[in-house]
Amino acid sequence: MNPMEQPVTSLETGTKAVILRLEGGHWFQNKMRSIGIREQKTIRLVAKHPFNGPVVVEVDGREMTIGRRMAGHIITGVPE
Amino acid sequence: MKKIVLMGNPNVGKSVVFSRLTGANVIASNYPGTTVDFSKGKICLGKEGHEIIDAPGTYSLEPSNKAEEVALAMFGQADLVINVADATNLERNLYLTLQLLEQKKPVILALNMWDEARHTGILIDLKKLENQLHIPVVPTVALSGEGIFDLVHRLDEARSPEEIEPMNESNRWMKIGEIIGNVQQVTHRHHTLRDWISEASIRPLTGLPLALVMIFAALWVVRFIGETLIVYIFDPLFSLYTPIAMDISAWFGPGFLQVLFIGKLIDGRIDYIQSMGLLTTGIYVPFALVLPYIIAFYSVLAVFEDSGYLPRLATLTDTLFHRLGMHGFGIIPVFLGLGCNVPGIMAARSLETKKQRFIAATLIAISVPCMAKNAMVFGILGPYGTGYIILVFATLFIVFISSGLILNRLIQGDSPEICLEIPPYRKPDTVTVLKKTWMRIRSFLKEAIPFLFLGVVLINVFYAVGFVEWLGNIFAPVIQGWFGLPKEATTALLIGFLRKDLAVGMLLPLGMSPLQLVIATTLLTIYFPCVGTFAVMFRELGVRDMIKATAFMAGAAFMVGGVMRLVLLGI
Repeated sequence: MNPMEQPVTSLETGTKAVILRLEGGHWFQNKMRSIGIREQKTIRLVAKHPFNGPVVVEVDGREMTIGRRMAGHIITGVPE
Repeated sequence: MKKIVLMGNPNVGKSVVFSRLTGANVIASNYPGTTVDFSKGKICLGKEGHEIIDAPGTYSLEPSNKAEEVALAMFGQADLVINVADATNLERNLYLTLQLLEQKKPVILALNMWDEARHTGILIDLKKLENQLHIPVVPTVALSGEGIFDLVHRLDEARSPEEIEPMNESNRWMKIGEIIGNVQQVTHRHHTLRDWISEASIRPLTGLPLALVMIFAALWVVRFIGETLIVYIFDPLFSLYTPIAMDISAWFGPGFLQVLFIGKLIDGRIDYIQSMGLLTTGIYVPFALVLPYIIAFYSVLAVFEDSGYLPRLATLTDTLFHRLGMHGFGIIPVFLGLGCNVPGIMAARSLETKKQRFIAATLIAISVPCMAKNAMVFGILGPYGTGYIILVFATLFIVFISSGLILNRLIQGDSPEICLEIPPYRKPDTVTVLKKTWMRIRSFLKEAIPFLFLGVVLINVFYAVGFVEWLGNIFAPVIQGWFGLPKEATTALLIGFLRKDLAVGMLLPLGMSPLQLVIATTLLTIYFPCVGTFAVMFRELGVRDMIKATAFMAGAAFMVGGVMRLVLLGI
């Protein structure tokens, strides 16, 4: 992984980044895109829940709660 | 006659559009997954009548839970599709729209929440969108009814455009990007107070204390409304009714009819809980004891549902629910189950796997007491002190958590993580809240009264033929020996299969101590579901899983009853 890349779960709460790619199975990627989480979109980390709890992200003004493991497959970074 | 199906993403307002189109009322709320089954209605276009179907929401035509499977099945039957989309989130909604168009069925697009889109600075060029999609596009505000007339008027313009060919996922997104670029303009929007509240209520540090406050406030309001209604409305009404009932009683004279309709007179007077007559206990329990709490609970629930708070609560409880083999969405079936277990277990359809649905249904049946039963517990234990009521709920909470922990280990299968859209907060509309509460009250009365009457008749027959005595003797080793309760309580457990509220009422004449009442009322929740819950579990889980769940419940009741006896009665 490029040093500039990090999963959305590693962002500081309240900060934004751009989604570079989705990792994981085809079904998972499909599901994420269908709820609006896809490449080139700006994503903001709204909240991170303790004890490996879910994260809340915002894309296109919509908030979504996603499990920590799934969110770990959303790779963000600074666009080239 | 054509079949018209409403399809769209979750929480875009399909059920509200359906209610508007058909005049039939269906439950609509502000969270994804309110509709888990289909509803059918009729609509007349010109002289022809058509069937219209409200399907659960889905993000795509690849289902990821049981509710979405229902949506797909309904789509298969459709002759015409009304695609309801959220105008504030057009880009994402268009994915399903394109998938629908590729299937070559006539489609018309309703752009719902048009007012909200305008307020948030989203401009959509309708003419251009129609040209790009080659189907009619109608802006609607289903809540107020705006645009519904146009939608009906243009239904016959629905078409399946030849211009749109089946394509793969990435081409679909490219096409959507192209369309959005052409038709939509978004003006930058500043953060508002609403956004601030939204974030504060979903972050752990601020959200958790807020959730506790909200839940306790809700409980307090439910009790306050319930008690107020009883003291100031329903009890006075029954005081007026008592002389009439006494006249009827005198008119019957002593005999079986008096016993059946009025019941036993206690010190020459009617005791509405203990008399057990059709015209006394049979109407007092549903109307004066349970109905006030049903009204109170469902009005509060409607406010919770329509505000959009529930998905936030689901986020906050996700970590806990994950340990119990579900994920945070599981709190929504539990909440609904507190009103009545049946819709609670139905709502579990929005959970992704069989394991999650099994655990949710079993935990609700075993440890989530419905409002009808709660009302009776308030009424019977209340006079002894709130402490006893808390004891019942604390025990059930412990049973909920420990059963979840056990079932999570016992049951094979996956328990995927949460993936839940958080809707914006919306101000609950008074008329909508009242209407929804009324629908639920009506269905309570319709379902409760026949079973209550049947229960009252059975109780009288059981006493008359000596069945109570006989059954009590058979189960005495368990009920008396193990749980420390009078053996006559066995009949209450039997009647509990019909109506748990009535069963709680049956405990009163047995002369139990408050702590024995605590044990008996707690066991009445755990041991077995009522007939309605039993039927819905059977349908949702199938025979084998139903038997598994029932065995678990019986085992849990046996253990919990024994432990409670030891701890509470000390013998």
